[in-house]
Amino acid sequence: MEIITSILAGVLFATAIYNLLQKQLIRIIIGTALISHGAHILILTMGRLKAGQPPILREGISNYTDPLPQALILTSIVISFGVTSLLLVLAYRASQENNTDIMEELRGNENE
Amino acid sequence: MSNLAVLPIIIPLISAIILIFFHRKVKLSRVLTKLFSLISLGTAGYITWYVLENGTIILNTGDWIAPYGIILVMDGLAAILVLTTNVIATACAFYAPYAGLEKREIYYFYPFFFFLITGVSGAFITGDLFNLFVFFEVLLMASYGLIVLGGGKVQLRESLKYLLINLFSSMLFVTAVAFLYAVVGTVNMAQIAERVQEVEQQGIITTIGILLFFVFATKAALFPLYYWLPKSYIVPNPVISALFGALLTKVGIYSILRTFSLIFIHKTDLTHDMFIWIAGLSMIFGVIGALSTSNIKLIIAYNIIPAIGFIILGIGVLNPDGISGSIYYLIHDMIIKTALFLLVGVIASVAGTSDLRKMGGLIHYYPSLGWLLFLSGAVLAGLPPFSGFIGKLLLLKGAFEEGEIAIVIIGLLTSLLILYSIVKIFINGFWGDKEAMTHIEKKPINGLLTPIVSLLALSVLLGVGAELFYPHIESIATYLLDPEIYIDSVLKE
Repeated sequence: MEIITSILAGVLFATAIYNLLQKQLIRIIIGTALISHGAHILILTMGRLKAGQPPILREGISNYTDPLPQALILTSIVISFGVTSLLLVLAYRASQENNTDIMEELRGNENE
Repeated sequence: MSNLAVLPIIIPLISAIILIFFHRKVKLSRVLTKLFSLISLGTAGYITWYVLENGTIILNTGDWIAPYGIILVMDGLAAILVLTTNVIATACAFYAPYAGLEKREIYYFYPFFFFLITGVSGAFITGDLFNLFVFFEVLLMASYGLIVLGGGKVQLRESLKYLLINLFSSMLFVTAVAFLYAVVGTVNMAQIAERVQEVEQQGIITTIGILLFFVFATKAALFPLYYWLPKSYIVPNPVISALFGALLTKVGIYSILRTFSLIFIHKTDLTHDMFIWIAGLSMIFGVIGALSTSNIKLIIAYNIIPAIGFIILGIGVLNPDGISGSIYYLIHDMIIKTALFLLVGVIASVAGTSDLRKMGGLIHYYPSLGWLLFLSGAVLAGLPPFSGFIGKLLLLKGAFEEGEIAIVIIGLLTSLLILYSIVKIFINGFWGDKEAMTHIEKKPINGLLTPIVSLLALSVLLGVGAELFYPHIESIATYLLDPEIYIDSVLKE
């Protein structure tokens, strides 16, 4: 199971990097969303996947699910959700003001 | 007394929340901001005194004992950095009413300002790697809010890039934490440091270390990852630029200092030698950037990069002189960068342009401004007896002890060029005929200059009174070089 989710995380990272390297703004944003999914799945995998065990550590119980990765993912999901929504608004405003959503045209050389 | 450790996070947080309610009442917001920042500064001062007298304060939040819960570790390094942060925050709070923020003050400038301080203080204090990520996000979120504030065409464009690069590196941060968790099974920094010693395959630890370094280097703007910094730091209002230049990159370099003196110290021949190279390249490329432009804001923004280079040099050599030099230089640079960003803000506002080629003869109208700039240039470049000199002396001494002669020469040359880049502003902007700028009108700038003068006075004091401060910095450096003390104080109460 760990192997499959690791590969899935890898595929997500690869597609995310591909999208991040595109010129169109919306593709880049999709890339950031994908990379955060990849990172979250990676955290879950790194905490070892076990099904059917409660996340409780008590005396006499030797087999339990590690609850920490889930807490970490939850925090991280909330953060990336917030940042992605901010990014969407910002990208919309920036493309409206600059009349383009192509990154090459957003380089900006007039300051130098 | 352990609750003291959380105060530098709580006070700005509560201030920010209170200020949200009064965002339309600009005058009240200004008074409250000054008041809260002074309270925060006083608390930070008391905490620093307490920590330096009585040793590290550990707070187990929610009473969860160390490896299980999130812990806050207020040690000497965290305390002095929190104090410096609060000094800068207070200076900016007193500068902000005159900074020409206009409508930005209504649109939540002050709450964002305090959220930023919350995040920065939290990042300094926390003893948990994942919590460090969370505080990074807190300060980044506040900085996203500040950087778009007032958004024109250019500002929106540059903030977009700033946001994208930070989002990407944050996700890599999470990935690195996940890898580290898989290897050592914990995110508590003290416990990571303890378990890292026992890991058989040190190669994987070094790999994770370099991944984390990549994340922090992006945030700290080290060579070759600084390309996003200069342009995005000059687009917002000067007071916001000052906060960014003084605090955000320094949190990145602090994280490198913390992790690479505590966790990743077992294969120093690879990582720390790489730091020395990166230090040299950051210095050279940063100062070339500063010399290449005639935009005064851009000159100061580029000057951040060699300063970060100097700080990482001390971490690279990893001996008592190097580390104490890094800490000294870190504090010095936080203070002087704020002063310089605020100063060029004033210059750009009185001259009506930030292009040096269109300036000249300002000294006839604003003599005090000119000499303040000259003085801060001397402090920045590290002329004796100012604070930059002490930091650089220690750093170069540390590098010399390790036999890194080349970096010493690069460092000295860079200092000269840094001085030149500031003197260039002085010569082109202030010297020259009175008639060079005809349309100039005299504006009152005393309110703007008071915080700058205070910061410069502090900077001079740090240099002249080095005898007073150096013993503390030295003891912090020896403390950092022995991770066992940190581990023991956190895990074995």
